[in-house]
Amino acid sequence: MGTSVFYFVATLSIFFALMVIFAKNPIHSVLYLILTFFTFTVHYVLLNAQFLAVVNFIVYMGAIMVLFLFVLMLLNLNKENEPNKTALIKVIGVVAGGCLFITLAGSLKAVSINNPLTLSNPNIGLVENLGKELFGPFMLPFELSSILLLSAMVGAVLLTKKEEKDNG
Amino acid sequence: MDTNFVIEKFILVTVIFAISLVIAMYSTYAERKVAAFLQDRLGPDRAGPFGILQPLADGVKMFMKEEIIPSSSNKWLFLVGPGLAMLCACIGTAVIPWGQDITINGKVMPLQVTDINVGLLYIFGVVSLGVYGIMIGGWASNNKFSLLSAIRAASQNISYEIAMGLSIIALLLVTNTLSLKSIVEQQSSWHWNVIYQPLGFLIFMVCSFAETNRAPFDLPECEAELNGGYHMEYSSMKLGFYLFAEYINMFVSSTVMATLYFGGYNYPGMDYMATILGPFWAPLFGSFIFFMKIFAFIFFFMWVRWTIPRFRYDQLMNLGWKVLIPLAIANIVITGIVIALVNNF
Amino acid sequence: MESLSNKKKVLEQKSLNLAERMYLPVIAKGLATTISHFFKKSATIKYPEQEREFSLNWRGMHSLKRDEEGRERCTACGLCALSCPAEAITMIAAERKNDEKHLYREEKYAVVYEINMLRCIFCGLCEEACPKEAIYLDGPIVPADYLRKNFIYGKDKLVEAPLEVK
Repeated sequence: MGTSVFYFVATLSIFFALMVIFAKNPIHSVLYLILTFFTFTVHYVLLNAQFLAVVNFIVYMGAIMVLFLFVLMLLNLNKENEPNKTALIKVIGVVAGGCLFITLAGSLKAVSINNPLTLSNPNIGLVENLGKELFGPFMLPFELSSILLLSAMVGAVLLTKKEEKDNG
Repeated sequence: MDTNFVIEKFILVTVIFAISLVIAMYSTYAERKVAAFLQDRLGPDRAGPFGILQPLADGVKMFMKEEIIPSSSNKWLFLVGPGLAMLCACIGTAVIPWGQDITINGKVMPLQVTDINVGLLYIFGVVSLGVYGIMIGGWASNNKFSLLSAIRAASQNISYEIAMGLSIIALLLVTNTLSLKSIVEQQSSWHWNVIYQPLGFLIFMVCSFAETNRAPFDLPECEAELNGGYHMEYSSMKLGFYLFAEYINMFVSSTVMATLYFGGYNYPGMDYMATILGPFWAPLFGSFIFFMKIFAFIFFFMWVRWTIPRFRYDQLMNLGWKVLIPLAIANIVITGIVIALVNNF
Repeated sequence: MESLSNKKKVLEQKSLNLAERMYLPVIAKGLATTISHFFKKSATIKYPEQEREFSLNWRGMHSLKRDEEGRERCTACGLCALSCPAEAITMIAAERKNDEKHLYREEKYAVVYEINMLRCIFCGLCEEACPKEAIYLDGPIVPADYLRKNFIYGKDKLVEAPLEVK
């Protein structure tokens, strides 16, 4: 049953990911992206990584995509005021897209050579095990990134305070 | 999976779903009654004795209204909006432990749909998803006021989610678990988390007022500035869904607050009561106490609504970013220091 | 500018102190105020079942009065119609026949007497103008209706019921 669910969800995520690119309306594009993230959440659950699933759910679907949608709704996206794409930009776009495609194809080839990865501990995704892992071998990078995030948050609060001082 | 398990869960889900819908339905009635009593009036009293059939009358009215879909709206998303709002409001109840394990005919049955070990984060995620219903509905209406109001709702929810998450982190330092069942079991008898986390509770409560778009944070549905808010193009039962989702959200928030900070189904003297009532009635009595706590919170929601005027938008943002977030960070630091001291000395 | 009276009050605008900036004490005070109203008696009167007493100078629906012998007092002089600022009153007069002496007090009486309740402003000038003390606005509130024509009240609705013989 697990495999068939995986194939179903995987098909859905590829379909929604394609719709992100092909949707004409940017808002629809973002909504499809949200659906794609939702299928990713399902993938995490299938992999027994509940914590990652929920964090993906909260952070990506709940916060970041809301911001995306927020900004896109504020922009006045009409056909008329869309900037003209010069030939140079088109060429750059093709080259960048081609690079990404080659990277993807290369990685796909690399994966097919490797033996299928089996986890020594299938419950690694549960909160308790993940926490022990993060606060054990990965203590330093984890703490560093948390300080980075905290400073960003304090900075955001400080930015609002500074404005007040200027106005008197 | 054996069939008994599926049937058991199906019954539990149906009962919980029915209870939350009925409570949301009667919240609309209670809201009007509480508003009336707080203003020295009587409130609805025509439909049935004391007006208790009023929610049915309201529902029938909503269904009978003409349904209008604006011709310039995005039809598909216009329909998705209220459905999404309702869905996000309803699925939050899945991880709430409604009572202790109950014994029916010698068979132990948990009064919780599922005890996932990230239950708290799941609720948090569902709450944060609720804003999509409003945003999609507001944008698909193709109306400036709806859009402005939807954007207000989104920015308000994001701002207050941060403070809410930070207040939950302080709670996690105390409980050491994300599973709601374990959190409730830790608070047995009178060891409620509100005693250990009064500031955290205050922040969480203010944020849940903002997350449910209830007064004094009901800016997304501002009559004076926005002609009604994100649902101004909606009519008939689609409008009903939005309004109803708000009440279900209120119920879920009250439930979460009672679970996290007020001990869920725990009450002082419950061990003594368990010996008297036996393994069938004692859990039910615990659930009864739990619902009393929930109703108290719902009443508090309404009481506040008819007391405090609406915040201005900049005041709302000031409160969220300049007051609640620093307070929540300070709460985490203080909690961490105290726990470190208690554990080491 | 010097103020003429000493009534002018100079308000000092102090910046909020800590307790005020915390909102919470004030919110608690507000909550206490509202909850105190929760237990107060409500001022509502359930209208169709309960009715409030009218004040002494209340002016409601008109009634055409009868005298001690049960005869209609109105003589169709038209002064009420003349005095009416809203022009709500019309009437048609007729001469009393000999066998109608027990019905009408005066020699002339109103065959038709109509008041348009949609026009009437209940000012009471007809009451004041009447020389025969035949019309008084001492009735209840004029009831609602669906059709305009039902608001034109004829003698059937206006003349008070004949005195019962005891």
